[in-house]
Amino acid sequence: MNPVVIAVIIVSVIGAIAALILAIASKVFAVPVDEKAEQIRECLPGANCGACGFSGCDGYAAALSKGEVKETNLCNPGGNEAAKAISEILGVVAGEVKPMAAIVLCRGHNANSVQKLNYQGVMSCRMASQVFGGPKECIYGCVGYGDCMAVCEYNAIKICDGIARIDPHACRACKKCVKTCPKGLIEMLPLEETEAAVLCKNHDKGAQTRKECSAGCIGCMKCTKVCENGAITIDRFCAKVDFTKCTGCGKCHEECPVGAIDLVSLTKK
Amino acid sequence: MKDYLWIFMTAILTENFILCQFLGICPFLGVSKKLNTAVGMSAAVIFVMALATAVTYPINRFLLVKNGLEYLQTIVFILVIAALVQFVEIVLKKFIPSLYQALGIYLPLITTNCAVLGVVLLNIQKGYGFGASMLNSVGGGVGFMVAMIMFAGVRERLEGNDIPKALKGLPITLIAAALVSLSFQGFAGVVDGIFH
Repeated sequence: MNPVVIAVIIVSVIGAIAALILAIASKVFAVPVDEKAEQIRECLPGANCGACGFSGCDGYAAALSKGEVKETNLCNPGGNEAAKAISEILGVVAGEVKPMAAIVLCRGHNANSVQKLNYQGVMSCRMASQVFGGPKECIYGCVGYGDCMAVCEYNAIKICDGIARIDPHACRACKKCVKTCPKGLIEMLPLEETEAAVLCKNHDKGAQTRKECSAGCIGCMKCTKVCENGAITIDRFCAKVDFTKCTGCGKCHEECPVGAIDLVSLTKK
Repeated sequence: MKDYLWIFMTAILTENFILCQFLGICPFLGVSKKLNTAVGMSAAVIFVMALATAVTYPINRFLLVKNGLEYLQTIVFILVIAALVQFVEIVLKKFIPSLYQALGIYLPLITTNCAVLGVVLLNIQKGYGFGASMLNSVGGGVGFMVAMIMFAGVRERLEGNDIPKALKGLPITLIAAALVSLSFQGFAGVVDGIFH
């Protein structure tokens, strides 16, 4: 027989056998896939950020389809749309996702804060914080080496003038930066509401704070006196606003001698 | 016995698939970022290499050589290995889902891994018998694992360093890979010296 014919026959036969085995195997060894979980997974953004408390979007979808969790509104990046879509698949009432955005509570940019050392090590906030509490005099403030920027999947964080700034329009509230910041400076604020926020976490005494940063909270208590709703408390020489009580009247903002309190109104476009 | 040991050790050290023969570079660069993924990938490679050799050896011996069709080796082996990996994946998914989860994406990735194809072709080129072929394949897989684990360590060290911007990411990884590969050339005489 013609050797070419033999070659063609052998390769075709091997191919056919392989195809047959695979076709049979895919039927015999078929594993039932949870269709609900796949549908839910389609609705989720797929960022695997872990904001829902599961290992990723797949984990959340599986837990929902098995009924291990009832809340359809745990996905922050997906927001109301995802919650609604999931609820439709599961046939339950959608819980509302309160839109939030992260904010950096520090105003110690290069002009305000005082540098205490010329840091030359690894450019990471976590590393730098271990050397005398960071390169700035204020050990509570933003180091500005961008650990949060590196962890943000949505490019919402930028380092401007030595401190991190978060763009509320780009923020999808996955809270990764909140967990990453070694100083614990990043907090979540509700969107579309005006709130007063103390942009400082310095717990040193007032006189000491003044030496470290011109925008630091000195704990003078003027804001607590002027606030009509009792929303502001002083904890170890640093003011804190209770967002549930704050009405956004702005009196504390006007009263603050160092300008540490800002009226924040984060809006989505 | 000594010959078999020699085959096994050369496959791991002097003829390491990644660092000396430069086969399977893409998983080497892609999956060596973390130690546990590197180990998972390597385990899958060892498994598939051994299996591929066990299947392709008889096909070559009794089908191709007998009909004088050695020139078909490459294409037939690609066909067989691709089908084999798919089959293994289906079976694992059904019977050992935990292992399937652990290997994850790496198992289908191996379908197109040139190290696997390389090992079966090299076995034939060197004229190994079935036992020697299997040893060479397992040794090659272990060598793959050694290189992956070593390089995962190197890359973890690279992460924390202040690298010039132009070299960040892949360039510095390739330079590091070249240095690791260079260091493996040092084994050249060692295995021969021990076993011969």
